[in-house]
Amino acid sequence: MLADKIQEVFNEPGCGVNQAKTTKERKKGCSKPLKPGAAAGGCAYDGAMIALQPIADVAHLVHGPIACLGNSWDNRGTRSSGSQLYRTGFTTDLSELDIVHGGEKKLYKAIKEIVQQHNPPAVFVYQTCVPAMIGDDIEAVCKYAAKKLGVPVIPVNAPGFVGSKNLGNKLAGETLLDHVIGTREPEVSTPNDVCIIGEYNLAGELWLAKPLMDEIGIRIQSCISGDGRYNEIAAAHRARVTMVVCSQALINVGRKMEERWGIPYFEGSFYGVTDMSDTLRTMATMLVQRGADPAMLNRAEAVIAREEAAVSKRLERYKPRFTGKRVLLFTGGVKSWSMVTALEEAGLTIVGSSTKKSTKEDKEKLKKRKGEEFHMWDDLKPKEMYRMLRDSEADIMLSGGRSQFISLKAKVPWLDVNQERHHAYAGYDGIVNLCEEIDKTLSNPIWRQVRLPAPWE
Amino acid sequence: MTHIHRFPASSKAASTNPLKMSAPLGGALAFLGMDRSLPLFHGSQGCTAFGMVLLVRHFREAIPLQTTAMNQVSTILGGYENLEEALKTIYERNKPSLIGVCTTGVTETKGEDLEGHLKTFRMRNPDLNDLNLVFVSTPDFNGGFEDGYAAVVQGIVESFAEPAEQRVKGQVNILAGCHLTPGDVEEIRDIVEGFGLTPIIVPDLSLSMSGRQPTEFTATSLGGTTVDQVRSMGASEVTLVLGEQMRRAAAALELKTDVPSLFFDRLTGLEASDRFVKALAEISGRPVPARLRRQRESLVDGMLDGHFFLTRKKMVVALEPDHLFTVTSYLQDLGVDVVAAVAPQQAAVLEKVKAGTVMVGDHSDVEAMAKGCDLIVSNSHGRMGAAHAGVPLYRMGLPMFDRLGSGLVVTVGYRGSRDLLFALANIFLAAETDHDSHHGNQSHEHGHDGCCGGSGHGGGREGGSCGCTGA
Ligand code: SF4
Repeated sequence: MLADKIQEVFNEPGCGVNQAKTTKERKKGCSKPLKPGAAAGGCAYDGAMIALQPIADVAHLVHGPIACLGNSWDNRGTRSSGSQLYRTGFTTDLSELDIVHGGEKKLYKAIKEIVQQHNPPAVFVYQTCVPAMIGDDIEAVCKYAAKKLGVPVIPVNAPGFVGSKNLGNKLAGETLLDHVIGTREPEVSTPNDVCIIGEYNLAGELWLAKPLMDEIGIRIQSCISGDGRYNEIAAAHRARVTMVVCSQALINVGRKMEERWGIPYFEGSFYGVTDMSDTLRTMATMLVQRGADPAMLNRAEAVIAREEAAVSKRLERYKPRFTGKRVLLFTGGVKSWSMVTALEEAGLTIVGSSTKKSTKEDKEKLKKRKGEEFHMWDDLKPKEMYRMLRDSEADIMLSGGRSQFISLKAKVPWLDVNQERHHAYAGYDGIVNLCEEIDKTLSNPIWRQVRLPAPWE
Repeated sequence: MTHIHRFPASSKAASTNPLKMSAPLGGALAFLGMDRSLPLFHGSQGCTAFGMVLLVRHFREAIPLQTTAMNQVSTILGGYENLEEALKTIYERNKPSLIGVCTTGVTETKGEDLEGHLKTFRMRNPDLNDLNLVFVSTPDFNGGFEDGYAAVVQGIVESFAEPAEQRVKGQVNILAGCHLTPGDVEEIRDIVEGFGLTPIIVPDLSLSMSGRQPTEFTATSLGGTTVDQVRSMGASEVTLVLGEQMRRAAAALELKTDVPSLFFDRLTGLEASDRFVKALAEISGRPVPARLRRQRESLVDGMLDGHFFLTRKKMVVALEPDHLFTVTSYLQDLGVDVVAAVAPQQAAVLEKVKAGTVMVGDHSDVEAMAKGCDLIVSNSHGRMGAAHAGVPLYRMGLPMFDRLGSGLVVTVGYRGSRDLLFALANIFLAAETDHDSHHGNQSHEHGHDGCCGGSGHGGGREGGSCGCTGA
């Protein structure tokens, strides 16, 4: 069954990468088989957790030995405006004895304890490798528990070894489609309702876009999954328009919501001035097409005009400081395109970007726009990254925490633009935040000092 | 303490906010204390990624760690091929001087034959004869961080230590448990060298994990004990065994080399430091250096100045077993009332831990027992529970991702003991003298989920920390 699911997401027609593939290639799936001894990155369980954990009022229970949760909980900066239950780390912490006898009973007991103590609107149960190997049927346990306890108990069947983080994202999406979306009716429903997919509210980023949407009259009916609530997501099928945040990760959810409930979707992004404006405009247009008051369009244009003027004024300050400064962008690919646009708007020069998860089309777009000199890497080795930075081919690196020390050890400024970042970079304000952070880092007097050799050398 | 409750383990089915970390992760840390080594997890890739992120956040250093990248098929068919390919790839790409293999839950559930794997590998790859390998079994479902660390130290010693014809005067072995930070190890080396002794420390995290600046980027550890040094341990006069967890490695070393062991359950506190220093004086036949004598006086003075603020304070401590023993014992030396001591997993040393309650549990147990207490001592994962219980958290142990310098904190020897005492006493001194401090009016300062920092504040990254105390 899990195998079928995996095949299904590999075949996802909404996926840009897939469109360019033959049927046979598609079957093979998204990720090349990993090279032992040279692989890096999370597992499918990791990806599923990333996609679903931001649903804030749900209890997220990890079924497995301590490795999967014990080493990883409490390491993401996704924020909630209310319930904090999502931040509690729950695991069955399977011991050797549990593995010999099977973990199903313990899993049921754990679900029961959690429901009794925390009374959540739902429990999500994550399958991991070891219980999958010994054949624990979490789907059956969840079904039984849901019936017994009167609360939805959702099995998330994405044990780590079935594949990459990205596959895990997609399996998480399938879980929502199979078990959650469409199971409730919303308390209120308006023609202005949108559902946002693939936005995790890292560092509270969603909250930079939300006030503008409020002003235009666009209502976030549900967000999958940043600052999400179970009941809202269960009623997501009543949204009028879906926005899939430009990433391949959850495209399957957007497409299937269209298929099942006729909700049109578009791919948008909250990063960068142009993308942000396009997103607001598209949202308003599509809502109006589906029956929202046409005045919404004018409100959207007014907000866009005002914000664009304000942001370009605020960015002026940085332009002279940024002229001639070169950026190495290494985000793992998800946001590379919109980040490039955003940084160029502020006067920076991008010397290269990773394209690990970008589609062929994206790459073409990038090439056309940036010229042949522009570096694109599917996979840049740390050694090479270090060399580039040390030989000052870039003035600053923007990346995720994983490569931070490559930059810092080369004594080159670095800024976190991935999961663990502390600052919100979305929307018009976000781009100013980002520029402020880049400027702060670039102009810090430590860089001159740390590069000095010891006086006796 | 009039009565001590001993619960072997929490009876819950769901561990809530776990204190426990997995055994392979502890194993990886031990391997990182070897020179130019690269730990390799034999398992699926996610386990490696999580472990790496946790250590990166704690040490703020690049962490070399690799995976055999088992997938569903190789897991079912057996993972020898993945293991061999990984070893060869790592050898080709990174030329490490040691590859340390830790198993995981995935490969142990299948029950892979590690010893057989090692033999097969050696047989099939004679050209890689000079590659040093250590294979250690560290199933995720058995024991925790400390157990994995201890098993790897034992594995290193068993793989390389050799008996020697002759003793080298002044050479001593040190087996350093995971309750010691890289900063602690550095301090211990200083103390030992102060007596003119030459220590071989296994593992030596002070050389790899205390902020080195390499000239080239390498995918292996940046320093540490060399395999040759481990080979020469048989020529030492004595082995200093630091921590209960090191007992088995010590026994293995003694069996192989006949070097006698001296055991120290902790190095924090006046009497504990005295024992260590006295032993070093005896081994070396040298007087105690003036610097240590001054440090001792300073600790005594600090105890006199500091005791006012610590007497009868109620504290809950939750740390890895040896660390738990060290800290609770020292707190009791200082007159603190240790209400509860919580360990992430069973360990022999728990028998010796004294506290109102000694149990194996998680951060939710800590939270429950800390209500009405004055302080919680635990790792950064304790911040949520501390905020819920309304009790400040003093950060010790691993992971400590919301403070800088967590790997360099020194709490051993006279100097380290004094600094720890000051840090703890200052929390209470500050509360007594600074009535405007926000601990006095927690309720409104700690608006958002008990968080006292905004999003840009290190501790408030996810809005759950009372980040007001700690190193
Ligand atoms: S790979 Fe499997 S065992 Fe490892 S963290 Fe992921 S789910 Fe857990």
